[in-house]
Order: sequence, then C-alpha cells, then structure tokens
Amino acid sequence: MGEEFNASKPIYFQLAERINRQILRKELQAGDKLPSVREMAIQSGVNPNTVQRTYSELERMGIVETKRGQGTFVTENESILVELRERLKEEQISSFVDDMKEMGFTVEEMMKGLEEHIRAREGNKA
Amino acid sequence: MIEFKNVSKRYWKHQALTDVTFTLPSGKIIGIVGENGSGKSTTLKLMAGLIRPTKGTVIVNGVPMDRRMAKAVSYLSELDVYYPFTVEETIQFYASQFADFSLERADEIVAFMKLDRKKRVKSLSKGSRGRLKMVLTLAREAPVILMDEPFSGLDPMVRDAIVKSLISFLDIEHRTIVITTHELKEIEPLLDMAVALKEGELIGIRDVEELRDDENLSIVDWMKQQYE
Repeated sequence: MGEEFNASKPIYFQLAERINRQILRKELQAGDKLPSVREMAIQSGVNPNTVQRTYSELERMGIVETKRGQGTFVTENESILVELRERLKEEQISSFVDDMKEMGFTVEEMMKGLEEHIRAREGNKA
Repeated sequence: MIEFKNVSKRYWKHQALTDVTFTLPSGKIIGIVGENGSGKSTTLKLMAGLIRPTKGTVIVNGVPMDRRMAKAVSYLSELDVYYPFTVEETIQFYASQFADFSLERADEIVAFMKLDRKKRVKSLSKGSRGRLKMVLTLAREAPVILMDEPFSGLDPMVRDAIVKSLISFLDIEHRTIVITTHELKEIEPLLDMAVALKEGELIGIRDVEELRDDENLSIVDWMKQQYE
C-alpha cells in the first residue's frame, strides 16, 4: 500500500508533501504530468477523494496546474518551484532548531554538531 | 444514501443495537468501527435488508429497506460459503442471480486478482476466497456496496490487492460504500468517514481528514478516546 502515513497529520497533506519532495528531487520536473487521481489513489492505497483534495491544494498553492481534459501538471513557473524549495528548507531547519533548543543545545553547539556530522558523513562516502 | 432513524435491533434477549440515528452520504467510503459485539455486523445486515429492525426505519436511497430491496445492495458476507462450484461456475451463478452483475467487469477483476477460474472454491486458499468474494461484490452495478470484514484474517498482500481493486473498479462518486473492519490502521487512508459503535450505541461519526485537521487524531486514536 505504498508508504505508511503518519497518524496525526491529514493524509491529503502528507500526500502533498510527498509530491513536493518528488519535485525537489527532480523526479517530477516542471511541466511533467502527475498520475491521474485514480492512478495515484491505487498507487498509494488512498481514497480518491483524498487524492483529489491533495491536487486541489497543490493547485491552490500554484505548484500544479490542471488542464481541462488533459490532467494535472507540475507548474512551469520556475519562481514558484524555487520558492517551494526555499520554503521546505526553511521549515526543516526551523523544526531542527526548535528541537535542539528544546533539548537545551546552544547555537554554537548546533553549528559545530552539524558541521562535524556532515564532515563525518562525507568522509564515510570518500 | 443510507439513513437510520431511531433503529434498534433485538435478538431474543440480546440487545444488538439501541436507538441509532445517522445519515451516510453517497460518493464516500465509510468504515463502521468498534469492538467485537459492538453491533457492526448487525448494522450492515440491516442496511442489506437481511434482517429487520425491531424499532425504527432503515432507508436506502429514499426507499425503506426490506428483503425485496436487497437487489439494490451488493453485500459481502463475513462468512465463506462452500458451494461445490469452480470459480467460473460461482461467477456464472451470481450473474444468473443478479440482473446488475457485469460479467465483463468480473473478468477484469478476476484477471487483476490472478484467480484460476477452473479451481474449485473449496480448494482455494483463504486469501483466494477473499479475492473471489471481492470479484462477486464489485462486479455488480449496485448503488450500495456493503462489506463485512473483507480484510479479516488475510495477509497484507491480499489486503493490498483488495484495497487496490476497490479503488480501481468502483466509481466511488456514484456509490455508497460501507465496510466493517478491525484492520483500522491499514485501512484508514481508504476511508472518508468512520462510524463508531460501542455496545450497540452510536458513539460518533466523523470525517477522517477533518479529525486529523482539527484534532490531530487518527481514527485509531479517536476510537481509543471514545472507548475510555
């Protein structure tokens, strides 16, 4: 049934997040066609009404466009996609910083920890 | 659309449902949830016209429900019936019994479910019997589809095939689909609404996404709250 959904956030919202991430990773590129509502519902094991809501929400945000009789496409408006990328980055960093603060880490510790972590990872790859 | 108006059902000395009132819209997949003995199957049988309420009325698409109305409803029973038939003969038998049975669609679903038409129903695995029951239920054009524990005792692969067949082969916007289930966690993404029963009483009816939006609760968490 595809990936599991988190228990507290709305499913339409989690599905929208997945699609946004696919766009950031360039698995879905500007102008690409999304699966039809039914195909997406079958792929993810999600109610078609929920998928419809996901598509409507993404359309409201300007990330996708529905062309009558043709389907739903990722917007070709690059500035919206750049904005999306920035927004998701900002959200992720902000939740990281909030968590770290809640555990009592200072800004210096965060920065140092992050640098060391990344260096170790990159080192492992080399 | 399915309406229950002050419905009670008593079996001999056992009160199965007490004064239940609700309206279920069409175009949605609705789950009936609750512990064993909470009245889930009784509710479904009342919708199917298989039993009559002791008090109150059950109205399906504007018509009071009784045994003659059962043809408007496609009902999947929790029980397995072992006719001495093959898969093919069972499908033909259903086609002869229900005017709205589409053999063409049955073919598509049999192919999707990878069922062997020549096999005897008796010799099928539990999973394959579950698949066959879905074929028989979904091949009908009935406006109301009722499924009593369609996932019960089936492994995740079969469950997945059943969920996918439901989405693939039902034009949900024109049907009312009601499912009783224990496998709530796995099935929640499939549901629009949940009707919660406890000891024969209605304790709540909620839109699944609204519940998450407003209260950050999954149906499972909500149920736990209701049962506390």
